[in-house]
Amino acid sequence: MVIEGLLYTKDHEWARIDADVATIGITDYAQQMLGELVFVELPRIGKQCAGGDELAVVESTKAANDIFAPVAGKVIEVNDELESQPELVNQDCYNAGWICKLQITDVKSVESLMDSKQYEEYLAGR
Amino acid sequence: MPFISNTPAQREQMLAEIGLSMDELFDDIPPHLKAGEFDLPRGLSEQETRNRLMELAQKNATHLTCFLGGGFYDHFIPAAVDAIVSRSEFYTAYTPYQPELSQGVLQAIYEFQSMICRLTEMEVANASLYDGGTALYEAMMMALRITGRNKVIVDDSVNPIYRVMIHSYTQNLKIELDQTHCQDGLANHDRILQMIDDKTAAVIVQNPNFFGCIDEFSDIADAAHDKGALLIVSTYPLSLGILKTPAAMGADIVTGEGQSLGIPMSFGGPYLGFMASAKRYVRKMPGRIVGETLDASARKAYVLTLQAREQHIRRDKATSNICSNEALCALTALVYLSLLGKEGLKETAQLCADKANYAYKRLTAIPGVVPHFRGKWFFNEFVLDLPCEAADVIAKLIEKRFAAGFPLGRYYDGMENSILISVTEKRTKQEIGMLAEALESVL
Repeated sequence: MVIEGLLYTKDHEWARIDADVATIGITDYAQQMLGELVFVELPRIGKQCAGGDELAVVESTKAANDIFAPVAGKVIEVNDELESQPELVNQDCYNAGWICKLQITDVKSVESLMDSKQYEEYLAGR
Repeated sequence: MPFISNTPAQREQMLAEIGLSMDELFDDIPPHLKAGEFDLPRGLSEQETRNRLMELAQKNATHLTCFLGGGFYDHFIPAAVDAIVSRSEFYTAYTPYQPELSQGVLQAIYEFQSMICRLTEMEVANASLYDGGTALYEAMMMALRITGRNKVIVDDSVNPIYRVMIHSYTQNLKIELDQTHCQDGLANHDRILQMIDDKTAAVIVQNPNFFGCIDEFSDIADAAHDKGALLIVSTYPLSLGILKTPAAMGADIVTGEGQSLGIPMSFGGPYLGFMASAKRYVRKMPGRIVGETLDASARKAYVLTLQAREQHIRRDKATSNICSNEALCALTALVYLSLLGKEGLKETAQLCADKANYAYKRLTAIPGVVPHFRGKWFFNEFVLDLPCEAADVIAKLIEKRFAAGFPLGRYYDGMENSILISVTEKRTKQEIGMLAEALESVL
C-alpha cells in the first residue's frame, strides 16, 4: 500500500511535508519486510541531520534496521507512543505509526524524494 | 581447528603474488610492537619439562595466610560448589549456537541474572561480562550511549586497576575523563557535585571503595539525575549481604567483580563481571541476556532475548564487542549463592565485617601502626599507616607466610607507608593474632 501525497525514499521511508515540517515514517512495504516490530529507538529531540543520516532504529523479531532521514532537518517531535506500542508501525504505518517530525533545514533535500507514483514503480521494479 | 603452518617458500610465493615484502605487509604495526627474536632453548622431554615446571611452580609462595584484598578476596568456597559446577552437563557447554536447545544452561544464567538483581536491587542484569574492570568500562560506554554525551567523572577511590583499564580502553576515543581525588577515604562528593554539568554522561564511584570505606552516594545520584547524567556504582557483591544496595542510593548502572561469590583467587582469572541496571536502559546494555517465556505448548522456557543489540545482528552498531559471557563462572556464583541462601550471605558478610573490626583493633594496638582514615566505616578492609614503607614490610611478612596486604603506594602518591588489609570470614582470631605478632616483629 502506497499513499498518494506522501514522498518516498529508496530505503522505504515516507515523508509528509507540511510547510517546513516533515513527518517521517516507514512504508507499508518496509513494515511487511521487517515483520512484527518489537522496538523503535527514537531520535533525541534537537538532533540535527543531513538527508540520509541515521535517524532511528527499528527492531523486529528477526532484524534491526536503521531509518535514514529522508530530508535534512532538526528533530522537533517524536512519537512517544511507539516506546510502549511499537506495533503501531505494523498496524498503521502512515498515521499512528509515524516516527518523528523534522524541521526542514534544506528545502532542496526534498526534491530528491519520489512521489507515490514513482515509488510504486520503484517497488514494482524490485 | 587444525593449525595450518605455511613454509618459507609458501610465504615467499604469497608475498610475490601481492608484490610486497614482509616488512611492507606489516607496515601498520609500530616498530616497537613487532616481535623480536626469541631466544628459545632446545626442546625438552616430557619428564624434563615436568621437572622444570615443578621447579618453577615451587618458587610460588603458596599457602600464605591471606589478608590481601583490593578487589579479590579469600572467601571460603563450599566443596559442593565445585562438585556441582564440574558436572559435565555444565562444564562442557559453551554458549551454544542454538542456545534454546540448552534449556539447562539458559535457566542457570536466568537464575544468575535474578540473583544479581536481588543482590543489587536493580531491575535487570545481563548474563555476565569478563571481570569487574571490563564490566565498569562497559557501564561507562552504556552511559555514553544513553545520554549521547561524552564527559565522565571518576573518583580515584575506585579500584585503580579498573581505572587503568578504563583509561586503556578509552584513550583513543573522544571521551573526556575527569578524575576527582578522594577526600579522607571517601569519594570527593563536594568536587563531584561541582563538576556535574549538562555535558556529564556519568559519575563512576565504588562502594565499599578501594580503601574499604563505606560510602553513600544518594547526593551524587540526585545531582547527576538533575543534569540528566547517570550514576554508575561498582560494588563488592558479598558486602551487599549487609550494606545498603546501590539501587537504594539511586544508582542507574551497577557493576562488580563476582569473584567473591565462590570463585577461587587465581592470577589472571577467569573471573566474573556482572552488570545490572534500571529496566529502561536494558536495550543499551551490552552482553547476553536470558529471558523467561512460554513455548508453543505454554510451558516455561528460556531464550536469549534482545539479541538485536548484539554484534551478530547489529554488526558494527552493536552495543558492545562483548557478546560472550563467563557462563561457567556465573554458574559458580549462582551455585555459591544458592548454597549460602539469604541468611548465609548475611552471616558471611557480617562475619567479614566483625573480624575486620577485630583485626583493626588488634593491629592498631601495635606501637607505630595507626589508621590512615580515622572514624570511617569500613566493610572488611581498612588502611593502616606503618612507620616504614609498606612494600618492604609486606615482603618480610611473606617470609613469615603471610600475604599481609596491598601496598597502596603502588597506585597512590604519598601512601608509600600505607597498607590495605582485608579480612574475610575464613580468618580466625588466632591467625589475626599471629599476623599482629609477625607485623610487630618486623617493624
